Amino acid sequence: MSLASLEWGNVGGARRRLPFSGLVIDVPLLVLLFMIVGLGFVVLYSALGADASLLMRQGLRFAAGLVAFLVLSQVPPRYLRIFTPWVYLAGLGLLLVVMVEGEIAKGGQRWLDLGFVRFQPSEIMKLAAPMMVAWFMHDRRLPPTFLQTLVMVLIVSVPAGLIGEQPDLGTAMLVVAAGGLTILVAGLSVRLMLTVGTLGLCGAPVLWMFFMHDYQRNRILTFMNPESDPLGTGYNTIQAKIAIGSGGLFGKGWLNGTQAHLEFLPERSTDFIFAVMGEEFGLLGLLLLLVLYLAIVARGLWIAAEAQDTFTRLLAGALSLTFFFYVFVNAGMVSGLLPIVGVPLPLVSAGGTSMVTLMAGFGMLASIHGHRKLMAP
Amino acid sequence: MAGPSTQLKDHWQEQRLFLSRVIAAAVVVLLLTGLLVARLFQLQVVDYERFAELSRGNRFRIEPQPPTRGLIFDRNGLVIADNTPNWELVAVAEEIGSLDSTLKALEELELIDPSEHTALRDLVRSHRGFERVKLSNLTEEQAATFAVRRHRFPGVDIQEALVRYYPFGEASAHAIGYVGSISPADLERIDRSDYAATSQIGKQGVERAYEELLHGHVGYRQQVVNAQGRVLFDPTVDSHADNVANFIGGIESKAPVPGSNIVVSLDMRLQLAAQEALGDSRGALVAIDPRTGDVLALVSTPSFDPNSFATGISRADYVALNTDLDKPLLNRALSGTYPPGSTVKPYIALAALQHESIDPAREIYCPGEWRIPGQTHKYREGRGGVHGATNLHAAIVRSCDVYFYQLALSMGIGDVSSSLKAFGFGAPSGLDIGGERAGIVPSPEWKKKQFSRREDQVWFPGETVNTGVGQGYMTVTPLQAAHAQATLAMRGVGHPPRLLIGIENAVTREVTYSEPTTLPPVEGPSPEQWDFVRDAMVGVTGVTGGTAFTAMKGFPFKVAGKTGTAQVFTVGQDEKYKESEVDERLRDHGWFVAYAPADAPRIALAAIVENAGGGGRSAAPVVRKVLEAYFKAENYVARQP
Repeated sequence: MSLASLEWGNVGGARRRLPFSGLVIDVPLLVLLFMIVGLGFVVLYSALGADASLLMRQGLRFAAGLVAFLVLSQVPPRYLRIFTPWVYLAGLGLLLVVMVEGEIAKGGQRWLDLGFVRFQPSEIMKLAAPMMVAWFMHDRRLPPTFLQTLVMVLIVSVPAGLIGEQPDLGTAMLVVAAGGLTILVAGLSVRLMLTVGTLGLCGAPVLWMFFMHDYQRNRILTFMNPESDPLGTGYNTIQAKIAIGSGGLFGKGWLNGTQAHLEFLPERSTDFIFAVMGEEFGLLGLLLLLVLYLAIVARGLWIAAEAQDTFTRLLAGALSLTFFFYVFVNAGMVSGLLPIVGVPLPLVSAGGTSMVTLMAGFGMLASIHGHRKLMAP
Repeated sequence: MAGPSTQLKDHWQEQRLFLSRVIAAAVVVLLLTGLLVARLFQLQVVDYERFAELSRGNRFRIEPQPPTRGLIFDRNGLVIADNTPNWELVAVAEEIGSLDSTLKALEELELIDPSEHTALRDLVRSHRGFERVKLSNLTEEQAATFAVRRHRFPGVDIQEALVRYYPFGEASAHAIGYVGSISPADLERIDRSDYAATSQIGKQGVERAYEELLHGHVGYRQQVVNAQGRVLFDPTVDSHADNVANFIGGIESKAPVPGSNIVVSLDMRLQLAAQEALGDSRGALVAIDPRTGDVLALVSTPSFDPNSFATGISRADYVALNTDLDKPLLNRALSGTYPPGSTVKPYIALAALQHESIDPAREIYCPGEWRIPGQTHKYREGRGGVHGATNLHAAIVRSCDVYFYQLALSMGIGDVSSSLKAFGFGAPSGLDIGGERAGIVPSPEWKKKQFSRREDQVWFPGETVNTGVGQGYMTVTPLQAAHAQATLAMRGVGHPPRLLIGIENAVTREVTYSEPTTLPPVEGPSPEQWDFVRDAMVGVTGVTGGTAFTAMKGFPFKVAGKTGTAQVFTVGQDEKYKESEVDERLRDHGWFVAYAPADAPRIALAAIVENAGGGGRSAAPVVRKVLEAYFKAENYVARQP
C-alpha cells in the first residue's frame, strides 16, 4: 500500500513537471491565451488610434496578468482551498472599507487606494465567491441539500449586494454569475431551479404592478429597450450595429474601420472593441475569435472533468463557464442581442484589473490540472 | 470496510453527476454561441449592403431638439423671465479636425473670448462627439462675419436659439436668479440625455430651484447626414429616412415637451419700489403676505444684471463682480446674517407677558446705562440717550435698552431664546428656493456646541443681557426678520415663505395655483397680550417720541413697526460712539420691521440698510416707500390667485 502510493507519487511527479524546471505550466492553455491576447493587441492598436504607447500599457497589464497566472499555477489546489475562506473574508472586509469610505466621501466609491496601486475590491469577489462556494461543498455530499443551497446563495449574495450598493450593478451581476454557475455545476436540483424560475416569472408581474415606482419601471424599460433612449445608451447600440454590419464577411481591413476611426463608435477600446473587430475583420475575424474563446472554455471544462476532488472540480467548472458568460454578455450587448451593461470583452478590452483577475483564474485552472495525482482507472 | 466503500460509491456518483452537468453546460455554451453566430450572420451577411451603405458616406445622426424654457410671471402676470431669439455659435466635436486651432481661428475673428480658450475646450471635450456644444452668443454682425467664413470651420455652425431675457434686470436678479451656460459641474446633477440640445441651465434663485419644471423635455429627430455633416434625409421632409431609421432600430422622432410657465408670488411693483428706495446703499428688503407666506418682494442691493449671465458673462466681468467690495452677488436677503438689534424686543416682550416675568405697568428708571447687580461692567443705552421712567409699552415705543437688559436678566436665557426660536429665528424659514442661512439664537446649549474649549463654553449673565437687545452672538437674516413679523401679525399663525404660487401649462395656458401651507402656531399668549405688543408697535410709528415716528409721519394706514440698530463696531467702556469718526464700513446697520394695516395685516416687511445708522432714519423710510407702493397698487390687480 505504502509502496504503491509512493510509486504513484513518483509517476505523477515525472508526468506533471517539465524536466528542466519543475514548474507547472499548462501549455495548451498558455498557447490559447497568447493567441487571444495577441489578436486582441492587433485590434486594440487600431481601436486606440494606432497609438503604440497606449498599447504598451495594455502589454504591461498582460505581463502583470502573466505573472499572476504563473505564480498561481505553482500553488497546489489544496493550499488554494485552505486560503479560500480568508481570501473571501478579506474581500468582504475590503468591500466594507470601501463602503464606509464612500459614506464619508458622500458618493459612490469602488476603488481602494493603497498608495502604490489602486484596485477594486469587487474584482477579488469575482474569484473569491465561486471559490467560497466550492470550499463550502468540498466536504459535503453532492448534490447539495436545500439548506446547503441556501447557504451557498447567501455566500454569493452578500458580496454581490455590497457591490450592487456601490453601485456597480455590472460587477455585481458578474459575481452572481460566477457564484451561481458554481452552484449549478455542484448539482443544484433541477426541480428547485424550475420551482424558483416559475415563482420568479409569476412574481415579477405582481412586483411590477404593486410594488414598483414609476421611475423604477421606466428604468427597467430603458434597460430592456435601449433604443427608447436614443440620446443615451441607444446611440452606442446603433453605432455598434452599423460598425459590425458594415464589416461584412471579410471586414474593411486593419486600421480601415470608418466607424471606429471617425470616432463614431463610443467606448471603442473598452466595452465595444468587439464591434471594431467586426468592422475591420468581418465575420471571419469574429468567428476566429469565438473559436479561440470556445477552445479555452473547452480546455477549462476538460480540466474540470479530470479534476479529482469536489473543490477543484467545482472551481474549474465555474471558472470556465464564467469566462464564457463574459464573452457572451459582451458580444451579445455589442451586437444588440442583450441590453447594454458595462462588461468588457475578456482578454481583449483595454483595462487593468479585469485582465489580472482573469489570468489569476486561469492560473488556478492550470494548477488544478498540473497537480493532479495519477490514479489507476 | 462499509465506510470507505460507500465513500467510494458516492465518489463515483458525484463524478457522474458533475460530468452530466459539465456536458449539459457545454451544450448550452454551444447553443448560445450558435445564437451569437446567427446574429452576426444576420448583421454582416444578410443586412450587409444596407449597413455598408450607411457607414460608407452616409451617417445616421440623431438631432436633439431643445424644449422651450418656461416663462416666469409675477403674481399680476408681468413677465419676469422671457425668451428672446438670438444667434449662437455651436460646435460638434466629432466633425472638428483640430479643436485647438479651430478655437484659435475663432478667437482671431473675435467670435469667442481668448481667455475662455481652455474652458471651452474642456467643455467641448466633456460632451459626446455628436452633441452640439454652445461656444458663445453672437451679435447680428458677428453672425454675418462667421456666415461668410463658414466653409473654413467644419463642425462649427451658427444657429438661432432662444436666450433668456430678464426685462426687470437688476430688480429681479436676487429673487429670480439667472440661467447660464451648462458647466461640467452642472452635468453631474442633470439627466444628460434630456439636456442634449439645451445650452443653458438655472444657476441661482427660482431659475435653479425650479429647473425641472422650467426646462421641459428634449425631443429629437433622426437625420441621415454625409461625412461633411450635411443633412441628406430628414424625416420631416423625406420619407426615405423613416425607412432607414426603422431599419436601424425603429426610432421615431419625438417633439420636445416645453417647460411649464410658473407664477411667482412677487409683485414687481413692490420689487421695483424697494430697489429704488434702497438705491445705492447696501441692504435688503423682504415683504411677505402674512396670510399666505407669499413673498411679495425680495430685494438685495447692490444687485447685478442677470442678462449678462444669460448671454454669457466674460471672465473679466465675472471676476469684477466677484471681487467687488460691496458683494453684489451676495443675496443679503437670504444669506446676509446681521445682529437683529432692538427688532427682537416685541417677541421678548410677548414672552415676558406670557410668562408673567414682569408687570407691564411697572416703571423702571433709565439713566442711560446699567450694570448687572454686583458687577462693574456698564451696559449702555444703545448709542446713548436717557429715557427716564419707562414701562414696557414705552420701552418698545422708544426702544429702551436698559429696560430690556433688566427684563432679559429676570427672564433668564431659556425663556429669551425660546421666545425667539418660536418665531423662526435660528433656523432657515423654509423658503422654497433654498440658499438660506440659519442665523444664530444663542443659548448655553448652543455655546457648548459652538466652542471646543471648556472655558469658552461657560454662559455668562452678560450674554443673556446682550441677547435681550439683539446684540452679542445673535444673528438673523432679513427673510427671517420678515417671516417673524408675518407670524407676529397673524398672532402666531405662520406660513413658510414661498415664491412659487402657480404652474401654467405652456400649451393650454391653464394655471394651477398651490395652496399655502401652515406652520405649527405659536401658542400661549392671550389676545390681550398680542394686543399689547401690537399697540406698542403702533406707537413706534404713530406716537411722538416713537423711534419711527418721523419716518412714518402722515402715512394713511396704521402700521405696527419696530426699529433696530445692529452694532458693527464696539466702543470702549468710557468712549462715546460718534458716527462721523467711525470708518463707514464699521458704522451701525439700520433695521426696520413692520406689518400693516395693524388691525388687519396684509403685508409684513423687514428692511436692513448696512452702515447707515439707526433704523428709524435709514431703514424705516425704505419700508415706507414700499408700503406706499403696496397700498397704491392694491386697487389694481390684474390676476389674483
